[in-house]
Amino acid sequence: MKKKIKIKLNGKLKAINNNSTLFNIVQKNKIPLTKVAIELNQEIVDKKKIKSINLKNNDKIEIVHFIGGG
Amino acid sequence: MKECAKAINLSGAEIVTVAVRRVNITDKKKPLLMDYIDPKKITYLPNTAGCFNSKEALRTLRLAREIGGWKLVKLEVLGDKKNLFPEMIETLKSTEVLTKEGFKVMVYCNDDPLMAKRLENAGACAIMPLAAPIGSGLGIINEINIRIIRKQTKLPLIIDAGLGQASDAAIAMELGCDGVLVNTAIAKAKKPFQMALAFKNAVIAGRQSYLSGRIKKTLYGNPSSPKLGII
Repeated sequence: MKKKIKIKLNGKLKAINNNSTLFNIVQKNKIPLTKVAIELNQEIVDKKKIKSINLKNNDKIEIVHFIGGG
Repeated sequence: MKECAKAINLSGAEIVTVAVRRVNITDKKKPLLMDYIDPKKITYLPNTAGCFNSKEALRTLRLAREIGGWKLVKLEVLGDKKNLFPEMIETLKSTEVLTKEGFKVMVYCNDDPLMAKRLENAGACAIMPLAAPIGSGLGIINEINIRIIRKQTKLPLIIDAGLGQASDAAIAMELGCDGVLVNTAIAKAKKPFQMALAFKNAVIAGRQSYLSGRIKKTLYGNPSSPKLGII
């Protein structure tokens, strides 16, 4: 069995495979990349580079989009 | 969301403010705003509604820029949860930082001409004074201040917050404003679509009236029919 790590995705705790990249998370959750922005530990991530970003234990990911309001 | 898109269409709005929020990870079928309101047809204006300090506002707008390259943003830093008045010191600080980062910042502010001037000097691209507290529907409380701000700035002047009915928008436009920002007055009206249309007509009427040059007010009556030839 693969080793798991814990991350927080939009405030929710998730257990994922140890060797996961940010791209894996985006793909698994069917995130439309052109309509969102991604933060990893409060730093904005370049969406073109998500395939090469390996996730670590306790990483905090925020994926946001626009809703009406203001 | 379908109703919202219809109301926007009826109102003739050219810009729609949007907020940055978490994507719903658990319900992936939840519709996205962009599926209903095409950002190619209506200008999306990311805004910082709900932010109470400069740090939160900057984080929000940097994320907004990342979503789709939006540089035109609306800055709103609130100072009090009850009256929802803008926290102007934090707003001014944020305007300076955002302008340096290349954002074009439309700034929600109080109706203080001095502060409006400082925002302009800090690089704001539009001044957006409140008419009255957000969602209050009280209409323009201080017409004199709005008029003074109009006289002192060539920047777009947009009344943001506090309008309650279409005639409030007409007054704003007659004071020389370039536009109004409306949500609650339409969204919470008994007939939102009809109110959206009413606002559209009021904005057009107010603008035409402003450009037409109103008559002078006088204390006494002036006959409107010629006296010559009275029998």
